[in-house]
Amino acid sequence: MEKERQLLIVYPHPDDESFSVAGVAAMQADMGVPVTYACLTLGEMGRNLGNPPFATRESLPHIRKKELIAACEAIGIQDLRMMGLRDKTVEFEDDEKMIAMMRQLIDELNPSLVVTFLPNYCVHPDHEATARAVKEAVRRTPKPQRPTLYGVGFANNTVEEMGEPDVIIDISAYREHKYNALKAHASQTGWMLQELENREDSHGETTEDAWFSTEKFYTITFDDE
Amino acid sequence: MEIVKIDALQKELNAFAGKEVFIHLETTNGSYAAHYDTNFFNAGAFIRNVKLVYEHAKVIEDTPNRVGLKLPHGWVYAQGITHYEVDVEGRLLMAGLDHSGKLAVALQISETPFSY
Repeated sequence: MEKERQLLIVYPHPDDESFSVAGVAAMQADMGVPVTYACLTLGEMGRNLGNPPFATRESLPHIRKKELIAACEAIGIQDLRMMGLRDKTVEFEDDEKMIAMMRQLIDELNPSLVVTFLPNYCVHPDHEATARAVKEAVRRTPKPQRPTLYGVGFANNTVEEMGEPDVIIDISAYREHKYNALKAHASQTGWMLQELENREDSHGETTEDAWFSTEKFYTITFDDE
Repeated sequence: MEIVKIDALQKELNAFAGKEVFIHLETTNGSYAAHYDTNFFNAGAFIRNVKLVYEHAKVIEDTPNRVGLKLPHGWVYAQGITHYEVDVEGRLLMAGLDHSGKLAVALQISETPFSY
């Protein structure tokens, strides 16, 4: 993967970045590229509180904020922006306000690459609302400055309807960064990483491939390109 | 949070009766329910910081518990409550956690507004 001028990542929940783009972000940061992550919410409505519980509805955002900061440190993201929206309400925000928020980030940072979700193929309503706003903000960026836009799609019908992702990036050198980032989001990923470790014991290869060797993106293009 | 003790929770509920309070009420299956099971009909509801006064409250002994608030002109109730605590800010936080520790329902009562 070539060195970017500036990478901008936009996702709604703490941990979206670690699942989707931790390897690529670590790689770019390692090359000396400024990396900004705009995280729209603090995952306030996360369901996993544990049983016996380790958190309440009201303490969860404080925990997830700390995890988010730790994950960004693990990846090497220097510029973390917490945008102050509430989990599961993003799609109900005013559309133009959302687009303006993204436009402002693009204007300020002048990124060469923006990474978010793939509209219509990202399952969670917050993901869809984020991806829609980012896509429209990039579309409205005049062409010489318009950044490349990558979307992560994981709906069940993604490959069937969109084909395989056109961008596949080898992140195996940054496996540890990604693992540590996911691990930092312990309130969300604790059970999953445990499962992963168990699975790796018997047939590690498949799990390795899926999670830690590549990151896959769809290039989002516009009619005037 | 700890597992509901009927008498202790009833006492906490009584303490807010007749006062102007802010309510958080939520039911959820999670936003991925229909992703993992395409036959799943995903429904839920969420209100936060609605101000009201309740006349009395009752927690029903069952597994899981139910909690109802009687209002001058209506009702609030939550089904599936398993855990509760009074947090450091004096707010009564009740939640229903499923067997894997995932929140399915929450009912919270506070004399001051919850954060955004």
